[in-house]
Amino acid sequence: MTSHAHAQSRPMRRLKKHGGRTLIYIALLFWTVVSLFPIYWTVTTSFKAAVDVTQGHIVPWYDYTPKWLGWRSLGLSPDTIWADSTVRNEFLFRFQNSVILSVGAAFLGITIGSLAAYGLTRFEYRFGPWRNKDISSFFLSQLILPPVVLAMPFLVLYKQVALFDTRIGLILIYTLSVLPIIIWIMRDQFAAIPHELEQAAFIDGCSVWGSFLRIVLPIALPGMAAAFILSVVICWNEYFFAALLSSTSAKTLPVMVASQTGSQGINWWSMAALSTAAIAPLALIGIFMERWIVKGLTAGAVK
Amino acid sequence: MSDVGPVVDDSPIGSAMRGVSPARKRAGRWLIAAASVILLATVLIQLLFVTGVTETGFENWRPVVYAWLLWSVSIGAAQVIIRGERGQRALFILPAVLFTVAMVIFPTLSGFYIALTDWNLSQLEGRHFNGLDNLKSLFHDAYFWNALGNMVYYVLAVLVQYAIAFSLALMLNTDIRARKFFRVAFLLPFMLSPVAVSWMVGKSMMEFRFGPLAGLARHLGWDSPSFFTTPMIARGSVMAMDAWVSIPFVMVLLLAGLQALPGEVMEAAKVDGASPWQSFWKIVFPLTLPVSVTALILRIIFELKLADIVITVTDGGPGGATDTVSSFIFREYRERSNVGYGTMLAQFYFILIIVFVTLLLAGASRLMKRYS
Repeated sequence: MTSHAHAQSRPMRRLKKHGGRTLIYIALLFWTVVSLFPIYWTVTTSFKAAVDVTQGHIVPWYDYTPKWLGWRSLGLSPDTIWADSTVRNEFLFRFQNSVILSVGAAFLGITIGSLAAYGLTRFEYRFGPWRNKDISSFFLSQLILPPVVLAMPFLVLYKQVALFDTRIGLILIYTLSVLPIIIWIMRDQFAAIPHELEQAAFIDGCSVWGSFLRIVLPIALPGMAAAFILSVVICWNEYFFAALLSSTSAKTLPVMVASQTGSQGINWWSMAALSTAAIAPLALIGIFMERWIVKGLTAGAVK
Repeated sequence: MSDVGPVVDDSPIGSAMRGVSPARKRAGRWLIAAASVILLATVLIQLLFVTGVTETGFENWRPVVYAWLLWSVSIGAAQVIIRGERGQRALFILPAVLFTVAMVIFPTLSGFYIALTDWNLSQLEGRHFNGLDNLKSLFHDAYFWNALGNMVYYVLAVLVQYAIAFSLALMLNTDIRARKFFRVAFLLPFMLSPVAVSWMVGKSMMEFRFGPLAGLARHLGWDSPSFFTTPMIARGSVMAMDAWVSIPFVMVLLLAGLQALPGEVMEAAKVDGASPWQSFWKIVFPLTLPVSVTALILRIIFELKLADIVITVTDGGPGGATDTVSSFIFREYRERSNVGYGTMLAQFYFILIIVFVTLLLAGASRLMKRYS
C-alpha cells in the first residue's frame, strides 16, 4: 500500500521538481533583464539619433541604424577621434582624475589598513584604557560617519591648508572612508593565517617586520587584492565629497555626469555616451573580477 | 640575567628590553621633544600671524600639515628607538591611528564649533558665534524633520531589498546552469556609480515621454506615468533605484552565507520530508541569521548616508517628499551657502545616527543570543 502510494507520487514529484526548476529559471531571467536592461538601454541610446529616441526604438539594426551622434559630441567617434576636441579633453581629464583618486586612495588605504589589521590580529596593544578590541571598534565605527558631517569642516580645513580642489586632498578623504572596510576585510584575512609560520621565522632570527613582509604578506596578497578592488569601486563612484570639495582641477567623472544631468538642453545620446564611458571601466571590473569583489564583500561578514 | 642566552629567553618583554641602551632611550626622547617643538612652533607662528600679532608667517596653514607629518614620523621612529621590538610592533598600528585621528578628530571638533556660528557664505559679514540659535531653528525646521521622517521609509525599504536579495541568493544556491553568468549579471548594478544610474534610470528610462519604463507603464494601463510628481510614487521611484544598486550587495553576502552551510544539514532536511518552505524557516533562515544581521546592519548604515540619487534625480522634490537628511543638508550648503546651520543639522543627525546604530547593534546581539 505504502509502496504503491510512493510509486504514484514519484511522477508527481518529478513534475513538481521540473515545474519549480522552470519557475526558478524564469525568475532568474527576469532579474537578469532587470539588472542588465538599464545598462543595455544606456549603451544603445548612445548610438541613437533624435528620431530613435522619440519613437522609442530599442533594438539596434532591427528598428534603427546606430549612429555615432552621442560619441561624436564626446569627441570619441571614429571621425572625431583624431581631431582636437575640448569635450574629449575635459572628459579624459576627469577620467584621469577618477583613476588617480580611486587608485591612490585604495593604495594608501591598503597600506596603512593592512598594517593596522595585522597588528590588531597578532599583538596586544594597550593605549591608556584602550585595548585591541577598542582600537578595532574605533576604526570600524568610522563606517557610520556620514559624509555630511565631515563635508563642511573639511571644506573649511582644506581651504586653510590649501588642499581644496586638489587630488591629494580628495585622496586623503577617500582613504578615510575606505579604511574601516579595508581593516575589516584584512583583519579577517590575517586571522586565517596560522601563527606558526611567523613563529618559525622568529626562531630563524627574523624581525617582526621581516616576517610580516617576507612570509605573511605574500600569503595575504589575494585578500589584499580583493580589498583593493572593492576600494577602487567605492572611490570611483563617490560623489558627495567630490562635488563639495572640488571646483575645477580635482573634479571626478561622477561630478561631470551630474553636472550634465542637471542641464535640460542636453541631448540623450550625448548623456548616454557620457554615462556609458563613465560606467564602462567598472562594468568591466565587475565582469572580469567578480570573484575578487565577492571575496572582498564577504570577507569578515561570513564566518 | 645578562648571560641568559636568547634561546632561553623568548618572552616578548625580555627580548624587547634587551639591546636598548639608556643612551638610545635618551636619543628617542630628544627626537620626540624636537619634533613636538617644531610642530608647536609652526602652529604658534601661524596663529600669531593670522591673529595679526606678528607680521611674518606662512601663506596658509599648509606648513602645519607638514609639521604634523614630521611629528608623526618622529613618533614612529622614537617608538622603535626607545622600545625596541615592542616599538616595532606599535609601528604597525601607528600610521592608521595617526591618520584617522588627524582626519576625524579635527573636523569633528571644528564641526561642533561651526555648528554654533551664524555663517552664511553669501553674506559679507563672515561668521560670528551665535550659541544655540541654530539648534533652536532646527527644531522649528519642518523640512528637516520631513527629511528625517523620510529616512524612516528609506530604512524600512532595506527590508524589501533584503527579501528580494534573499530570494535571489536562494535561487542562485540551487543546482542551476550558467550560475556564473547570473552571478555576474546580478552583481553589475552594484558596480555602477549612483550618479550614472540616476541618469540611466531616473532621467531617461523613467522619463515621461520617451522612457521605456514610462512606455511599459502606459502599456500596463497607467495613463500618465509620471514617476516623480506625486510624493508617494516619487519616493517609491527613488527607493527602486536605490534598491537596484544595493540589492547585489546584500545578495552576495547572503549567497556566501548559504554556501557556507554544511551540506549535511540540507540533506537531512530533505530526508525528513520537510517541505522547502518548512526547511527554509526551520533550518536555513536560523542558520544564516548571523549573515542576515550583518548584511542588514551594513545596509542600514549605508542607507542612512543615501544622497547621490536624490540630489541628481529629484533634488528632494516634490515638496521634500524624497529628501534624505544628507541631500537636504547638501542643498543647504550648495544653494543657500548656509554653512553654520547646515553643520548644526549634520551634527544633530550624526548624534541621532550614533544612538540609532548603537541601539540597533544592541538589539542585534540580543537577537543572536536568543537564537544561538
